[in-house]
Amino acid sequence: MVRDITLGQFLPGDSLMHRLDPRAKLGLTLSVIVFIFVAGNFLGLAVMTGLVFLGMAVSGVSIGRYLKSLKVVLLVVLFTSLLNLFYGGGEVLWEWGFLRITWGGVSNSIFVAVRIIVLIFASSVLTFTTSPTQLTDALERLMKPLSLIRVPVHEIAMMMTIALRFIPTLLEETDKIMNAQKARGADMESGGILKRVKALVPVLVPLFVSSFRRAYELATAMECRCYRGGKGRTKMKILHMKARDYISCGVAAAAGAGVILLRIFITHPYL
Amino acid sequence: MEYLQTQELTYSYHKEPPLTLALDGVTLGIGKGEFVALLGHNGCGKSTLAKQFNALILPSGGTVFVDSMDTKDQSLTFEIRRQVGLVQQNPDNQLVASVVEEDVAFGPENIGVPPGEIREQVDAALKAVGMYEYRTHAPHKLSGGQKQRVAIAGILAMQPACIVLDEPTAMLDPRGRREVLETVWKLNREKGITVVLITHYMEEAAQADRVVVMDRGKVLLDGTPRQVFSQVDLLKEHALDVPQATELMALLRREGCEVPNDVLTAEECTKVLEGLLGGTQTG
Repeated sequence: MVRDITLGQFLPGDSLMHRLDPRAKLGLTLSVIVFIFVAGNFLGLAVMTGLVFLGMAVSGVSIGRYLKSLKVVLLVVLFTSLLNLFYGGGEVLWEWGFLRITWGGVSNSIFVAVRIIVLIFASSVLTFTTSPTQLTDALERLMKPLSLIRVPVHEIAMMMTIALRFIPTLLEETDKIMNAQKARGADMESGGILKRVKALVPVLVPLFVSSFRRAYELATAMECRCYRGGKGRTKMKILHMKARDYISCGVAAAAGAGVILLRIFITHPYL
Repeated sequence: MEYLQTQELTYSYHKEPPLTLALDGVTLGIGKGEFVALLGHNGCGKSTLAKQFNALILPSGGTVFVDSMDTKDQSLTFEIRRQVGLVQQNPDNQLVASVVEEDVAFGPENIGVPPGEIREQVDAALKAVGMYEYRTHAPHKLSGGQKQRVAIAGILAMQPACIVLDEPTAMLDPRGRREVLETVWKLNREKGITVVLITHYMEEAAQADRVVVMDRGKVLLDGTPRQVFSQVDLLKEHALDVPQATELMALLRREGCEVPNDVLTAEECTKVLEGLLGGTQTG
């Protein structure tokens, strides 16, 4: 059961979005997120929404999957838009005691809701179409300039790679230890929260001990394979930016420019 | 001097007295292309010896030479590790990346091989261990034997002259054990890679060119499997097993049957027994 877990939400595929360079994808997603916040009015937000929808369309992932990714944040969306409903000025629509709903509030609340939903969609496009390995690789390369100011970029990437590698192994081990403790009569399912947390101690202790043993053995194995840090290291897979990567960056840049222009020139309160 | 050569090698895990010696004056030479099985019960120093061969630990006394390079010379450590690969017991704790081919590429990447060549070496290594079809799989979804073969491929991709395997089959089921051993044999025969196999399984050791038995940090016996396993009493004295066939012959001899003392495999054993039973029937 634990063996079948997949990390993150990666859905293997061969769409245009899957084939984009992970660096380009990471950069695009980050800038899209920034521009969603830059967008100060509905028109700007519409441009970004259009761009994100375009990305979703070429990702080859069904719309149902995207909607499912909203489920986790549904409460946040409802809560923030409900709060926003009572802020803002303009024509009063409804009043009861100190609660007052205005046109400004309605428009604010819709704006915020759309913004959060589009944000989630944008990051889902990235996580659905990029494997964790590709993501780590992209991060390492994008952060490379930081090594000039002594940020241990290679080490950070190495830690992420090893973490990704060992998450399933440790989950499997947790499962085994829990079963072993249950076989000895440990009760992990009943009682209040405090009792259950306490019941986890006999699981966590052996897990920690074995993790340290694993770390030691892994370090030995890495030394055996001539590991000596990032110095003098090469890479089997080299990323190449292709035409499609430049084109998609261009499209995103155009959308970003549009958002800025709209923010400057459109000042109508409800647009 | 042999390819792997130790001279009066001593080693202690403690820095201060009382010094318990894990290795106590080991002088051993292993030639290029040999398949040597290293036997001994727990704590006899065989794993310690394995770690000496690729400079993971350095001698407390005496010397270790790998292809005439002294392991104490730290400027040579990198080259020594490139030549002598070590495969450990638990395959789970040897794999670094979450994709098989990227894990195999880890060694060549560390050495600094150009990207195009890494690809070739990785593909060749995966084909040599029969795991090429699994190159894009995640290691945690493979069986134990498959994982261990990937670990061997990871060493093989560095194109070493020698592979030291420290109980590579101890955590595997019989099928995984067979897979791994067949792979190791193939590498020795087809690529001429020197193999030092540390094992608890006497049947595995019986197939080697040479068997070295260790006890309390010393070499107890050293010779062909037939020479070594014929000394049943000496081995039993040191709490070591012999292959089942050999043991059966020893028991029969004790009962007064005239059977040879250097029988190793089940096939040889059947032949001897057939001869014995056939003889009693007609006589």
